[in-house]
Amino acid sequence: MSVTTSVRGKPIRTKNLSVRLDIRATIVCVVMAALVVGIGIVAMTTGDYQLTVSEVVDTLLGQGPPGAEFIVLDLRLPRLLAAVLVGAAFGISGAIMQRITDNPLGSPDIIGFTMGSATGALIVLVLTHGGMLAVAGGALGGGLVTSILIYFLAYKRGVQGFRLVLVGIGISAMLLATNQYLITHASLQDAIAAQAWQVGGLNGRGWEHVEPVAWALLGLLPFAVFFSHRLAILQMGDDTAKALGVPVERTRLVLIMVSVALAAVATAAAGPISFVALASPQIARRLTGSPFSGTVSSGLMGAVLLMASDLGIQRLFSNTQLPVGVATGVIGGLYLCWLLAYEFRRR
Amino acid sequence: MRVVSVRNHTKISVRAVGLMGALIGLVVVCMLSIWLGSKDIPFASTWDVLWHNDGSRDAAIIHTVRIPRTILGLLVGAALGLAGALMQALTRNPLADPGLLGVNAGASFAVVIGISLGVTGVSGYVWFAFAGAAIASVAVYMLGAAGRGGPTPDRLIMAGAAITAVLYALIDAFLLLNPLTFNEFRYWDVGSLSGRNLDVVLKLLPFFAIGIVLTLLLSRPLNALALGEQTAIALGAHIGRTRVLGVLAVTLMCGAATAACGPIVFVGLAVPYAARLITGPDQRWVLPYTMVLSPILLIGSDIIGRLVNEPEELQVGIVTAFVGAPVFVWLVRRRRVTKL
Repeated sequence: MSVTTSVRGKPIRTKNLSVRLDIRATIVCVVMAALVVGIGIVAMTTGDYQLTVSEVVDTLLGQGPPGAEFIVLDLRLPRLLAAVLVGAAFGISGAIMQRITDNPLGSPDIIGFTMGSATGALIVLVLTHGGMLAVAGGALGGGLVTSILIYFLAYKRGVQGFRLVLVGIGISAMLLATNQYLITHASLQDAIAAQAWQVGGLNGRGWEHVEPVAWALLGLLPFAVFFSHRLAILQMGDDTAKALGVPVERTRLVLIMVSVALAAVATAAAGPISFVALASPQIARRLTGSPFSGTVSSGLMGAVLLMASDLGIQRLFSNTQLPVGVATGVIGGLYLCWLLAYEFRRR
Repeated sequence: MRVVSVRNHTKISVRAVGLMGALIGLVVVCMLSIWLGSKDIPFASTWDVLWHNDGSRDAAIIHTVRIPRTILGLLVGAALGLAGALMQALTRNPLADPGLLGVNAGASFAVVIGISLGVTGVSGYVWFAFAGAAIASVAVYMLGAAGRGGPTPDRLIMAGAAITAVLYALIDAFLLLNPLTFNEFRYWDVGSLSGRNLDVVLKLLPFFAIGIVLTLLLSRPLNALALGEQTAIALGAHIGRTRVLGVLAVTLMCGAATAACGPIVFVGLAVPYAARLITGPDQRWVLPYTMVLSPILLIGSDIIGRLVNEPEELQVGIVTAFVGAPVFVWLVRRRRVTKL
């Protein structure tokens, strides 16, 4: 929890421009991007219906073998994109929130957003038996109402990151209780559907789920990257940051909104896939060897984590329709365990 | 100097009076818990029967149902609160709750195994839950302590989060593939005080007792630990011993509480924090306040849960959140927010 503000990397200077390049972080990001492409190729070509890479490319260009079009364009591609985008959105969202709160537990899960969307979705599922899009709408509505409520309850001459988290914990507890009430009072079938949604999955996700996440990422990523540069200064404390000319309150508000919005669209699309937002920044931080979790590296890590989990659960448990959240928990959790053990031995 | 000492003196007496008031509140809540329930028994006869078990039906209800339930509420409340206070002091993270050590996840995992093996009923789950809680927290501690520096707070938190995630993922997978197990589990998972008999209370009593005594003995070294590792060592505190004993106490208390009632999260997280807002950072006051305020919240919520939706009961895990969270939010808004 200690604040470290060392600046790493190698300065690259040309005549008019000077950029700091963190070489290890860059290499890690490139490797993760390569992993995204690699896993993507495997996911697109393998499965019940085997395709070669060139067949997939042809299909994407509209000249594929007969029958491949439906499998590639309507089944595999949207699911793959959903995994990439949702994973990235959770990863970035978690990275921002952990740095604002200066706490490894400060993921959007803990400030109640996820719990609010779960309540919204469960109300739709259990009380109105709505379809998948209605559930997504319920999740979005529940999450937004919750985060606005938490923001205003935490507002007192500005919002302090830590008070925000504490208010979030209180509201989350009430929402969790509501969810438990709904689950214990629903029919078994509804309760199982609710439980599956809460685990978070990508089964049956189509283009209508991918598009909102894509637009959100496209619109919010510039803000996330731009404002994240100020986080290092923000972590020196509000007074120092103000003295250095950073508009503290506005920066924090923008970053919180970006973090919550990313988590919102991701949760609406796939359910609260637990642990991606918490683990991705932590894993990325350890891989890049930097004191902070970078926005880009955390986003890539989230994408890799979710893609790998989804591929694993599709291929290993193809006949059970287990939601991917189960796999992210196991894979991400074990990987984090391994990283921790490795890190400890090295010291 | 004089001004400072006077201020200290008044602060101590205010805190002592506050603690006495809280204790009186606890006694009142316990009496209400024995008096109120789905069977209407007048207060006068409740009072008589409480001291002279005359063998009537009312006496049977009070002695075999309501008194054990109140005692269990006392123990579980105190244990969850203290476990949370201990966890927050050990990790120096006010967001830590006893569940972070993997206690709840381990207990839930073991209960799921128990249900699928055909174990039914609360008293059947107890030992599964307790063993699961113990194994999980030992695993978290080992992973957090692996390495030369010993279990530092950040490592313990991450180790707990990692192992908890794995366990819950496995639980979810298992439950989604086995609907009948899920049907049992969803009621255990809420957390409830109802249907637990005196037998269960007595069997778990030693664990509660050892954990609570251990915690209260740790209040001084915890104060030293709050100043940071270096200072604590300089002051002569045994950091390693304090952490090991602390984790042991958390496991005993939270494990026993979860075994008895199912996972109840909010008490252990919020009450110690609220107590610290009232008393300041001195653990010698935080721990007693937590120990008295937590059962007030738990038993009070249990009473409300019995009355609000008669004849059906609302589980205490649900009511606790709705009673405690507004108070918690109000406290957080009112006071200056402190980091540990």
